[in-house]
Amino acid sequence: MTNIKDLTIEKAGEMMKKGELTSVELVSACLKNIEEKNTELNAFLEVFSDALEQAQKADELIKSGKGTKLTGIPIAIKDNILINGRKVSSGSKMLENYTATYDAFVIKKLKEAGAVLMGRTNMDEFAMGSSTENSAFGPAKNPFDISRVPGGSSGGSAVAVASGMVLGALGSDTGGSIRQPASFCGLVGMKPTYGTVSRSGLTAMSSSLDQIGPFAKTSEDAKIIFDCISGKDEMDSTSTEISPTRGVGEKIIGVPRDFLKEGVDVEVLKNFEETLEKLKKAGYTIKDVSMPYLKYSLPVYYIIMPAEVSTNLARLDGMRYGLQEKGENIFDTFKKSRSLGFGPETKRRIILGTYVLSHGYYDAYYNKAWGIRRAIMKEYENIFKSVNFIMTPTAPTTAWKFGDKKDPLQMYLEDIFTVSANLTGLPSISIPSGFSSSGLPFGVEFMGPLFSDESLFAIEKDLRDNK
Amino acid sequence: MDIKDIEKLAELSKIELSEEEKRGLLKDLDGILGYVKQISEVKVEDISVEYTRKNVWREDLPASGGLVIPREFSRELILKQFPESKDGFLKVKKIL
Repeated sequence: MTNIKDLTIEKAGEMMKKGELTSVELVSACLKNIEEKNTELNAFLEVFSDALEQAQKADELIKSGKGTKLTGIPIAIKDNILINGRKVSSGSKMLENYTATYDAFVIKKLKEAGAVLMGRTNMDEFAMGSSTENSAFGPAKNPFDISRVPGGSSGGSAVAVASGMVLGALGSDTGGSIRQPASFCGLVGMKPTYGTVSRSGLTAMSSSLDQIGPFAKTSEDAKIIFDCISGKDEMDSTSTEISPTRGVGEKIIGVPRDFLKEGVDVEVLKNFEETLEKLKKAGYTIKDVSMPYLKYSLPVYYIIMPAEVSTNLARLDGMRYGLQEKGENIFDTFKKSRSLGFGPETKRRIILGTYVLSHGYYDAYYNKAWGIRRAIMKEYENIFKSVNFIMTPTAPTTAWKFGDKKDPLQMYLEDIFTVSANLTGLPSISIPSGFSSSGLPFGVEFMGPLFSDESLFAIEKDLRDNK
Repeated sequence: MDIKDIEKLAELSKIELSEEEKRGLLKDLDGILGYVKQISEVKVEDISVEYTRKNVWREDLPASGGLVIPREFSRELILKQFPESKDGFLKVKKIL
């Protein structure tokens, strides 16, 4: 049996088509890896008991010649994406026993393609965090060093792919929740242009920022998943019909130098420079750019995001679904249910969001943040007249040790390079760029103009070919 | 900001907090707000950006306005999610 850790979706698909491998064999090998490693790594919160049945059906589909590139491929799903009839907890005690009553758009697409849904993966509660330490079900661990975090919030999905439990996974990215764990686990992780992938069936965190995207070992694999899950959906009014092919083949990279001056680990910066050199050899032109508003993207994010969180999570009141803790009256029941159901970070962001939206502070925080958000959008719009991509490290550090970032603000600062893609809606990808002296993966991040999603995948291949 | 502010925000967001949680949040919020306050130094003009999104309307009917296939729900599965129900209805405490 081929080693799953080195097997790509592309290769497995070819082998199954030729009859050299069956989905049942592939899924069995993945299940064996899960059985051996999941107790330690805690990537999956639940492994679906019918995975082999799904694989059998996929094998029949392949035999009948009706297979797609994803037929029979084992895929892991982040625990905030709804699958009809299955539990979906968002990493929270609040929804620990909640069962989804319909399929998310992306799940419908994966099922139609014949993919095998392997299970639901661990995450920071309601996708809030950068380490999975905020999961109500214990953190996931980094397969490169189990004393370190895998990144978050989609940490479980990253671990599942990196440790050979599946060949690809879905995550959601509100401020870096796909790209940062991809970087920490040596994978390709992509946040599509806002609206390219439907959010119908994604548990809402911050609706103007959330986007579903793929984890995979290569850009070719990530593109296979992306092509499957993207497309217009009537159930998401922000979903678009525009096909994301803008700018394929263009090769000018802008580097916002001023933005890299503070708070970036020395080794990360060195790897970034080395990666730039490799890209030059691969035919890319590197240009320094000045983007004065960019440094405000993090404070703007930490105002707009909690504001949307506080309103979105108001629906979790213990009445129609989720955890209920009875109080003396209805308001008391709300309070008791929410206090028991939510973890510390969720409470913190709800309180913070309530503050920035409250009377007397709304203009100074929320409105002001939106003004700067528009300025950042404009800044990117202008800069993309002279360059095709903006490149930064994905995160200012490599994976840190559990418990190292106890102060919430310290954890927030980790999102410095990822949040602007969400604020602007621009597509962004994190690709592996080597290993640190202690064997931890590095990642670099690229952003492109709206709907240039396809062009981002090409960079990873160019970099891989020019190692 | 003081403990009273935290208590007011907790009341607005319907969250019950222990004394320890209140003190912790006060400290955290001081740190976070101290950081995000830097936006007050930024001068921005009224900027118009190119939005790709627009309002999407349809008739409020289960299967029309472009909705080709109505979403199918299992009534039973939805009922099962209710923390408390009676005769197929959601049961809640007295509201008024």
